[in-house]
Amino acid sequence: MITNKKPRSSDTDSNYMRDDRTEMSEDDDRSPPSDSITNDSCPTRNCTPGSGSGSSSIPEYLAPYPDQVLENVLENVLWFLTSRKDRNAASLVCRSWYRVEALTRSDLFIGNCYAVSPKRATSRFSRIRSVTLKGKPRFADFNLMPPNWGAHFAPWVSAMAKAYPWLEKVHLKRMSVTDDDLALLAESFSGFKELVLVCCDGFGTSGLAVVASRCRQLKVLDLIESEVSDDEVDWISFFPDTETCLESLIFDCVDCPIDFDALERLVARSPSLKKLRLNRSISIGQLYHLMVRAPQLTHLGTGSFSPSEDVAHVEQEPDYVSAFAACKSLVCLSGFREIIPDYLPAIYPICSNLTSLNFSYANISAEQVKPIISNCHKLQIFWVLDSICDEGLQAVAATCKELRELRVFPIEAREDIEGPVSEVGLQAISEGCRKLQSILYFCQRMTNAAVIAMSKNCPDLVVFRLCIMGRHRPDDVTGEPMDEGFGAIVMNCKKLTRLAVSGLLTDRAFAYIGKYGKIVRTLSVAFAGDSDMGLKYVLEGCPRLQKLEIRDSPFGDAALLSGLHHYYNMRFLWMSTCKLSRQGCQQIAQALPRLVVEVIKHEDNVDMEEVVDTLYMYRSLEGPREDVPQFVSILEDRHMKEGALMWKTDISARCWTTIRSVCIVNVRWVINAKYAQHMHGPYTFSGNVVVQVHVGDPLAHRVGFHWMRIPILKDMYGSDHISILVLLELISLMVKAKLIVKVGSDCAFE
Amino acid sequence: MAITCPYRPSHADPIAHVEISVCEQRLLENMEGGVAYENDLNLKATELRLGLPGTDCTKEEQAVSGARNNKRPLKETSEECRAKGKSDAPHDDQGTATAPKAQIVGWPPIRSYRKNNLQPKKAEAEAAAGMYVKVSMDGAPYLRKIDLKVYNGYPELLKALENMFKLTIGEYSEREGYKGSEYAPTYEDKDGDLMLVGDVPWDMFLSSCKKLRIMKGSEARGLGCGCETDLDFLMQHVSTCSGINRFIAYEKYVTFQSDLDVQEMSSMIF
Repeated sequence: MITNKKPRSSDTDSNYMRDDRTEMSEDDDRSPPSDSITNDSCPTRNCTPGSGSGSSSIPEYLAPYPDQVLENVLENVLWFLTSRKDRNAASLVCRSWYRVEALTRSDLFIGNCYAVSPKRATSRFSRIRSVTLKGKPRFADFNLMPPNWGAHFAPWVSAMAKAYPWLEKVHLKRMSVTDDDLALLAESFSGFKELVLVCCDGFGTSGLAVVASRCRQLKVLDLIESEVSDDEVDWISFFPDTETCLESLIFDCVDCPIDFDALERLVARSPSLKKLRLNRSISIGQLYHLMVRAPQLTHLGTGSFSPSEDVAHVEQEPDYVSAFAACKSLVCLSGFREIIPDYLPAIYPICSNLTSLNFSYANISAEQVKPIISNCHKLQIFWVLDSICDEGLQAVAATCKELRELRVFPIEAREDIEGPVSEVGLQAISEGCRKLQSILYFCQRMTNAAVIAMSKNCPDLVVFRLCIMGRHRPDDVTGEPMDEGFGAIVMNCKKLTRLAVSGLLTDRAFAYIGKYGKIVRTLSVAFAGDSDMGLKYVLEGCPRLQKLEIRDSPFGDAALLSGLHHYYNMRFLWMSTCKLSRQGCQQIAQALPRLVVEVIKHEDNVDMEEVVDTLYMYRSLEGPREDVPQFVSILEDRHMKEGALMWKTDISARCWTTIRSVCIVNVRWVINAKYAQHMHGPYTFSGNVVVQVHVGDPLAHRVGFHWMRIPILKDMYGSDHISILVLLELISLMVKAKLIVKVGSDCAFE
Repeated sequence: MAITCPYRPSHADPIAHVEISVCEQRLLENMEGGVAYENDLNLKATELRLGLPGTDCTKEEQAVSGARNNKRPLKETSEECRAKGKSDAPHDDQGTATAPKAQIVGWPPIRSYRKNNLQPKKAEAEAAAGMYVKVSMDGAPYLRKIDLKVYNGYPELLKALENMFKLTIGEYSEREGYKGSEYAPTYEDKDGDLMLVGDVPWDMFLSSCKKLRIMKGSEARGLGCGCETDLDFLMQHVSTCSGINRFIAYEKYVTFQSDLDVQEMSSMIF
């Protein structure tokens, strides 16, 4: 018996660039920083230790039995476990731990919304306070996926509305959210505190209005790079007239005009407001008024940073410098959507405090950025346009010794132009910013030498994303492929987990990645490689690989098949415009029943059935999804369709390393009709169960199917019905103990 | 009984809204395994089908998922919304290259939001020269923006609208408005009146048009030229209107045909 206690409330993410943080935080290691434990969560226990004869019997309580005490202890201990990876591991110890872990988990993270169903998630975890859901794969951002592909929030919010009435936080990335979903969310969760929508679409200002008006406890409303349609509803004025709890209001991507007076009043009655990022309808004059109202801000997005058109220029302009100077806590600055560089000096007073500066929408030159950046000694995160040229980057390198993250975006995203930044800028940064951990660099030309220099100068690199915009461009000086540069990165940067490659690359580059990239989790490949060997190197060499996205590279079926041993350990694989055939993808589907293999057709390619335009595949406990649009076909194991039952279990990914997959075949004659209706519940088996076990040998790259018949006798509680979980645990033990050695073809099922 | 967003603008198509609820219901149903099973142990009942939608599924589910596709416009169109009318459709990668090198879809990998918001100075200059008006279409969740100065007259404008929203508008006639389709282009002028596109000379239209709206269905059919229509047409218009619009229609009608049976008419209105 677990006593009924209030789950801990989740925290707000205090990092600046939220989408960047989610890009960097992968499945396992990073866990959200935990709140300090409130008084509630550790009550003194009202039960006596098991060994007691003199149990102080409080009339309401029965004296607990020893196992229960252990469970109580366990529950208390598990509260402290915040890392998802640790929790997943703990849940596999035994049933008791599984159950208690499920009861004590308060943050639900689902990296692929189609990997589990809402029902399964809500059945297992009953006390969730915070949900993070990710939908579409990243390449969907670049129009590589037709619209209406899926990732709908609707089934999730419906399920959560019933299961988690105390839900406080929802964080979505690349999901389709409708106004009705937002309305349901606002209606269902009375204590709702945080809504963060990153790269989402499908909703408009009317949805925001509902959230603003109904979520009275709202602390965080962050809309980051999402598409928000203009329903001509002034959502800002829907916040209640009373003082609000708002701590963070980020709406720089909402491209609709705002009633400024309503916004000003809102800011005035939000004393806790720390983060405010305005959209570009806000002029610098309006910004001034807001800053005066909210000098306590720590994060500010400045809006347009230019005057509105109807302001007469002869009027005296407010003292912007003093407004910035008054914001003594300001550490993070962004915006500058339509910057008039003359106003830049206004930010001088706070430069020395800044840890994060985002100029990535500001078309400013090296001369204009130098006076700013030369004061930013504490800067850790810097996003900028390549308009500052190599010279501007040199200025950054000279001053920003604490720089952890740099992103250089192109002003003109084209291939055939000269380009203002080059290997010179990269070299300078590598020499000046030794603590660099993450870099995203767009350029037109690059050399191996500069990349090698960075690999040596910046050993802390975790994320290295270099985009040489000219496809297949070699080293600008030597004319050689960029293999050695990227090779040096994986070799020297021992902490590297995310890599994006570009330029002219042969299979050799991939051989390096396979050989040295042992902790790489995310790999993005475009227009690279010579043959199947390239992909094979990666699939065979990178055991931690979870997200692999490839476009326009010459990898075919043979390469795809070489990854069979690994696909269950990955979140997804994306391959578009490669050399895959339908047959090859079908083989994968056949071998790995727990993989959903989606083949997406491009619009203009209606005839060629055999050629696969886009392959998107991911592990899932649910099988093919229900909401498939007509341009997607899901390939399935043909054998499984005939008379077989696919089982859905809660076995976590870790189990897959021992058993490749387990499919219960022809169990119809065991299950009676009563269970047939509860396909998602915990099943039990009795009698004989015939099991098809897929096992793989990673070194030999073989995948085999083994049939076995397991007679179910009794479980540890003396019942002759056991649950699927126990069954699979049993099989896993048998595999480990090498009891399963014989391939059986004499199974008695018909 | 789905909870819906109360603040959606009134011209949003109610049918589109129902589609979502149906979809949502289906998803819920499917989640709960709610396809009914018989009580006796027959094999089909206990068999979990893994078929693709459309193979084993009922036709209904197919229709629903198909209908759902219609609800949202293409991604490219929504990006054009951002691009302020520039026809920079990213899907046009197959050879319609105006640049020296053919533009590849999704390369370089910059999010379209960033691409379209990146040259504000240029866009500002163009905006000053252009005449941007919002275009909404009944039932579509996204608003679009177009530059009226780009067009030389009504035919071009209508063609552009047809291309933008993938529909046909039909031919304009003074008497009967737009025949031949269920869509009618309307606009709101400086005085806030709802006008049919084409009623006034082009120059006057340019100077007075504040925003465009493509109406759909019976409301569109009823928007003729006002009181010159015959009785049946007007009656039909009145019956499809509600509230204040009904009253206005009635007013127009009464001034035109004074010897009508008022009783009959009022029974429709009130």
